[in-house]
Amino acid sequence: MTPTLKISRLTKRFGEVEALKAVSLTLEAGRRAALLGHNGAGKSTLMKIVLGLIRYDGGDVTVCGVAPGSPAARAQVAYLPENVAFHPALTGEEQLRHYLAMRGESPKQAMALLARVGLEKAARRRIGTYSKGMRQRVGLAQTLIGRPRLLVLDEPTSGLDPVSRRDFYDLLDGLSAEGTAILLSSHVLTEVEARTDRILILSGGELVAEGTLADLRGRAALPISFLVRAAHAHAPSLTAAFPDAVAGGDGLLRLSCAQAEKLPLLARIAALASDVADLDVIPPSLEDIYSHFSRRDGQ
Amino acid sequence: MNRILATAISEFRIAFRNRWVSIATGMMVLFALVLAAAGAAPTGDVGVDGLSVTVASLTSLAVYLVPLLALLMSFDAVAGEVERGTLPLLLTYPVSRLQILLGKLLAHLVILALAVTLGYGSAALLAVWSDAEAIRGLGSLWRLIWSSVLLGATFLGAGYALSALARRPSGAAGFTIALWLVAVVLYDLALLALIVSDGGGAFTTQALPVALLANPADAFRVFNLSAAEAVAVAGGIGGAAGAIPLWQSAASLFLWPLAAIALAVTAFRKVTP
Repeated sequence: MTPTLKISRLTKRFGEVEALKAVSLTLEAGRRAALLGHNGAGKSTLMKIVLGLIRYDGGDVTVCGVAPGSPAARAQVAYLPENVAFHPALTGEEQLRHYLAMRGESPKQAMALLARVGLEKAARRRIGTYSKGMRQRVGLAQTLIGRPRLLVLDEPTSGLDPVSRRDFYDLLDGLSAEGTAILLSSHVLTEVEARTDRILILSGGELVAEGTLADLRGRAALPISFLVRAAHAHAPSLTAAFPDAVAGGDGLLRLSCAQAEKLPLLARIAALASDVADLDVIPPSLEDIYSHFSRRDGQ
Repeated sequence: MNRILATAISEFRIAFRNRWVSIATGMMVLFALVLAAAGAAPTGDVGVDGLSVTVASLTSLAVYLVPLLALLMSFDAVAGEVERGTLPLLLTYPVSRLQILLGKLLAHLVILALAVTLGYGSAALLAVWSDAEAIRGLGSLWRLIWSSVLLGATFLGAGYALSALARRPSGAAGFTIALWLVAVVLYDLALLALIVSDGGGAFTTQALPVALLANPADAFRVFNLSAAEAVAVAGGIGGAAGAIPLWQSAASLFLWPLAAIALAVTAFRKVTP
């Protein structure tokens, strides 16, 4: 089966600046990929090329087997721009009826779509009176029109409260189960961690890392931290046993070790169980992994 | 077709809520009534019905007002979408840029047609009310209405083109005001100056008809005045109308909207969201 999105050695220049350098990625039906990167890393540029909004200088891009931006591609791709905007004089329902007609669907579905994103009560109010989160939901509702095969979502959860975020990811789960491929960018790394199949990290226009979270964790090989709290009056003997440990002002001893030394270190601490009141093992966070990859080339 | 119609419906709604429909209609009715009242005096002396005289005055009014209304409605069409940030999303939909512009054009033409019909219609009612014979001029009133819509289409297209070229509403507003001044005010002043200095020579007989046909506003004036055989009651540039065959001014009136829309689509295609 042909992948929904296939990008190979994509290059894009804006004058002197190379916005994308030989980026390759493949996204199969029903897969969810998260695009991470600093502002200016090339995320939005990559998305606009996939949508056919801007041209590219080198490489190949196919969307659902055809050229990006062609009528056949546009009929199968839905987009949610960052900070989505609508005409303030239209109501939510009128705006969705308009978008339904643009996709050749019946405008009668507008209310049902608004209900899916929890906006049915505000449907007859002008969008000019909506909050940022409500506009974002109108934006989400229009991406659900007509079972798209590829969803391109630029910072989709910005402006949504935590409950709406969870509802939103539930919607995405449903869509990907039906075979829609999803490419999204986000700054909120913790939600990406739980809700996507693959993470892509862009830095300075290059794809610096790609894989599942477990892959990236293994490749980054970042140290694991231990926080040890000494039992009452046993701190000196613990400090003596672990000369490398750093003592914090809060009475905690901080230790770190490579992934492979985790169990031996744990065994050493366990051997001193009578000196230890409490122990926390802290794996590297997604933020740490992200920083590791995106700052690798001296940023 | 459905996409064009859906765009037109949304655009009409937006124009209605932004009071454009009432502003355009109010302006046309007000000016037409003032003209009809002022123009009622000379009837009887010139041997034509009252309505035809009113239509001749309305023609002079429409030359200024219809392009102005069209440009005011159109300057925001592309630049406004760019500024609001609504353009990138719209362009990812399976709808062509031509369809988007045709949808906007359809909505704006309906508003313009509504405004001129109500405006001219009220002036005509006034004329018929004061002189029942005026009903004979109904044909020229109808001609004035549809030719006004064509004139409006030309300036709507030009407005969309300028809107796409400027990419910012403030810049587009400046461009459209400049176009209005040049096309409907300065152009005629320049022609008048040339006629006066030429003194009935080669310019007046050879170049003037071409110059009048080349400007959609002048072609509109020439067409309505010569069709109504009301050249006698019209002064200024309109006096030259008799020298130009009717089919030529009609052709200019029909070709200009097509050229303007083609220009607008070309300019819109160059806009990168």
